[in-house]
Amino acid sequence: MSVATDRTVELMSRTLDVKGRSLWEDARRRLFRNRAAVVSIIVLGIIALLALVGPFLLAYPFDAQDYDVVSCAPDWWPDPAVLCYAGGSHWFGTDSVGRDLLVRTLYGARVSLAVGLIATLVSLIIGVAYGATAGYLGGRIDELMMRFVDVLYSIPYIFLVIILMVIFNRNFFLLFVAIGAVEWLTMSRIVRGQTLSIKQKEFIEAARASGVNGFGIITRHIIPNVFGPVIVYVTLTVPASILAESFLSFLGLGIQEPLTSWGVLISEGANQMETAPWMLIFPALFMAITLFCFNFIGDGLRDALDPKDR
Amino acid sequence: MPEPILEVANLNVTFTTPDGMVHAVRDASFHIDESECLGVVGESGSGKSQLFLATIGLLAANGKATGSVKYRGREILSLSQPQLNKLRGSKITMIFQDPLTSLTPHMTVGAQIIESLRTHSGLPYGVAEKRAMEVLELVRIPEAARRMRQFPHELSGGMRQRVMIAMATACGPDLLIADEPTTALDVTVQAQILEIMRDLKTELKTAIVLVSHDMGVIAGIADRVQVMRNGDIVEAGPIDDIFYRPHHDYTKMLLDAMPRVDNPDRKGHASPAPTAKPDVLLSVDDLKVYFPVRGKGLFAKTKPLRAVDGVSFTLHQGETLGIVGESGCGKSTLARTVLTLLPKTDGTVVWMTRDLSQISQGDQRRLRKELQIVFQDPLASLDPRMTIGESIAEPLKMLEPGLSRDSVKARVREIMNQVGLEPGWINRYPHEFSGGQNQRVGIARAMVVKPRLVICDEAVSALDVSIQAQIIDLIVKLQADSGMSLIFISHDLSVVRQISHRVMVLYLGRVVEFADRETIYKDARHPYTKALISAVPIPDPKAERAKKRVRLSGDLPSPLDSRAQLAFLKSKLIDDFDAEQYRPKLIEVAPGHLVAEHDPV
Repeated sequence: MSVATDRTVELMSRTLDVKGRSLWEDARRRLFRNRAAVVSIIVLGIIALLALVGPFLLAYPFDAQDYDVVSCAPDWWPDPAVLCYAGGSHWFGTDSVGRDLLVRTLYGARVSLAVGLIATLVSLIIGVAYGATAGYLGGRIDELMMRFVDVLYSIPYIFLVIILMVIFNRNFFLLFVAIGAVEWLTMSRIVRGQTLSIKQKEFIEAARASGVNGFGIITRHIIPNVFGPVIVYVTLTVPASILAESFLSFLGLGIQEPLTSWGVLISEGANQMETAPWMLIFPALFMAITLFCFNFIGDGLRDALDPKDR
Repeated sequence: MPEPILEVANLNVTFTTPDGMVHAVRDASFHIDESECLGVVGESGSGKSQLFLATIGLLAANGKATGSVKYRGREILSLSQPQLNKLRGSKITMIFQDPLTSLTPHMTVGAQIIESLRTHSGLPYGVAEKRAMEVLELVRIPEAARRMRQFPHELSGGMRQRVMIAMATACGPDLLIADEPTTALDVTVQAQILEIMRDLKTELKTAIVLVSHDMGVIAGIADRVQVMRNGDIVEAGPIDDIFYRPHHDYTKMLLDAMPRVDNPDRKGHASPAPTAKPDVLLSVDDLKVYFPVRGKGLFAKTKPLRAVDGVSFTLHQGETLGIVGESGCGKSTLARTVLTLLPKTDGTVVWMTRDLSQISQGDQRRLRKELQIVFQDPLASLDPRMTIGESIAEPLKMLEPGLSRDSVKARVREIMNQVGLEPGWINRYPHEFSGGQNQRVGIARAMVVKPRLVICDEAVSALDVSIQAQIIDLIVKLQADSGMSLIFISHDLSVVRQISHRVMVLYLGRVVEFADRETIYKDARHPYTKALISAVPIPDPKAERAKKRVRLSGDLPSPLDSRAQLAFLKSKLIDDFDAEQYRPKLIEVAPGHLVAEHDPV
């Protein structure tokens, strides 16, 4: 056969290859059949988009104070007893130093989502690597690595944060460290447990018989197979991180003014709940919706990845 | 003619799934008479289990049955669940394949039988207890009184299945439906269970439905047989008609596909090519693999579990060595140790001229290019997240790192072609294939690096008979093409006989008999070998009825019990669980025929 015909045969057989339907695709199809999850993804997408581009489109910078409209209600506020109306385009009203609440809520969304995602990503990387290694190696090393996790678990995390804040001053970066340091523990436990069960499966032995080394087995065979439960846990870690950040900010340990997050806004709003309820309602609403969405997505993912459990 | 116990007419079973309607059973009509045994044969997916689940109203929630099922003239398909419950468990009972999952783990065996008795017949406790003891003795459970107080996990698989049968017969049912009751059991245990069922039929006049994929199991016990395929009953009739005068092509194919322990060289089936080259590839000498097992108590000493206890053999180029034994005899451990997937305790494994335990881990890994393995469960041995192309390519990438991506792909396509897989399926995933196709992938993965020895660890045991025959033919063909050696491990003696040059019988980690394929089946000397061979069901009703069985009493003993080794040499036994015992020696009774010392039978 000439080289040219060889080439055409090769090209033809390539186009004839049937595209397989991977387990991921199956899961995606099941996920998109879940109405609550799809709605949640869309809503979450809208919130994320607003957080990203919203502050650029609005007329007010997030830290511009206007002492003419301090703690003023939005124009459409139905309660006639409010002290003042903010007027203009302050659609969510203003806060206690006259900053536009809408732009601050969206700015807070940026920070909260960023904290949630980055802290989760950090915990994901550390937790998966640590858990998969411990589970795969097993025996004494596993024992040691897990006891270390137990020790970290037993450190009260609020104290840890306070001490970190005192030593290194208040710092945006420290928040990720503090939250990530706590979240990866559970992640590594989950991954270790899954690894232990997957390690028993025949395909791991088959891989060893094929000459794959330990690193290859962990990265190519174990991690892709633990990803199902991990991804579910990730969607639950993001809201947990957001909550943790809000909690720290609420206590005054988190994000510092003029930068803001949902936690900070809710904390301020809670102080003026009776006179200016919009300062609490809007950030709290955004946060609640976001947490709801993450939980629904997590639920949908679990059903999609593990259809036998339904 | 007396009224039949069960009469089924035009039964249809459908399931609603997310992928659409599935028709599991189509227009099934049959009847079962008093004290007869109906054998139902079919491969996986033939609807044979669903047919009987539907008959007694145990379909899954998404299933729907239409048609008519009459029990002694009374329509039962439309009965409500409480009404059915009265019938089920007393008049119609069912036993399933896995006896562990069918028994409640937290109740003693006795309590479960008594509960079932009292629910259905309202007997007072004392009477029910006595009756429970009786049925346990009926199914030949030794020390029935002690067994009554044990929990299911304390019993062996065969014992549990006997308990299930005892429970099913306790209320004196008219009809016992047994769905693959012996599939999960060893052959000798299977023979015992089948014998018990045969006795039930003759002594208690219970009608039995025996659902099985194994023509041999059916041959020994059934009066009538119906063959199912894809939800249809393709052929039904008296047992001799089905076995000796089959009409339907599918029945003929099924009968033809069954390997037979009494006749290995049948026309149209591959047998191993004679070996000409006497080069020794592998020699194993006095190999021992012990696992430490912790005793009971906080500070208990560990004691060794002797999984493989002094096994020696040599393997020549192009030769197939069959290793036979029941579960727990150490055959899989032996295979994994030869492949250096498990560490050995003592002894030597020499590959060509190199002692495998003397070489570095890296060298061991590189040596996997020459030594490969095919696993039992085709789906479990493939990574579900990888395409089959990636799975087949993996050993190539690892063991021949110099290959370019294009040549890896070319080699993968080539081997896929050789094992009968469409090369265009390279990007598909294991869950899109059937068991037989996945096993072809497993074989392709082992063969792609052109190894000189392939170990098949129960490689065909999980497959349907027709597929099993194809895979065996494929393995023999590949061996003839490439001249590789094979170690073929199986609990199925008929398969081993068909494919092997020499056969080694293992009992609790030790060789009891070692001979070539003809000798071991025609001139077996060791009582264990004899029992094993006579326990294999033959798909031939006349031969099966005429067969004389060599019986072994009881189950396989615990390998931790040092006395177990001497089960066939009681004269040298020291009656102590932990004592260091005499080790039976292998005696060469004829050239190449080794038999372990044993007491005269």
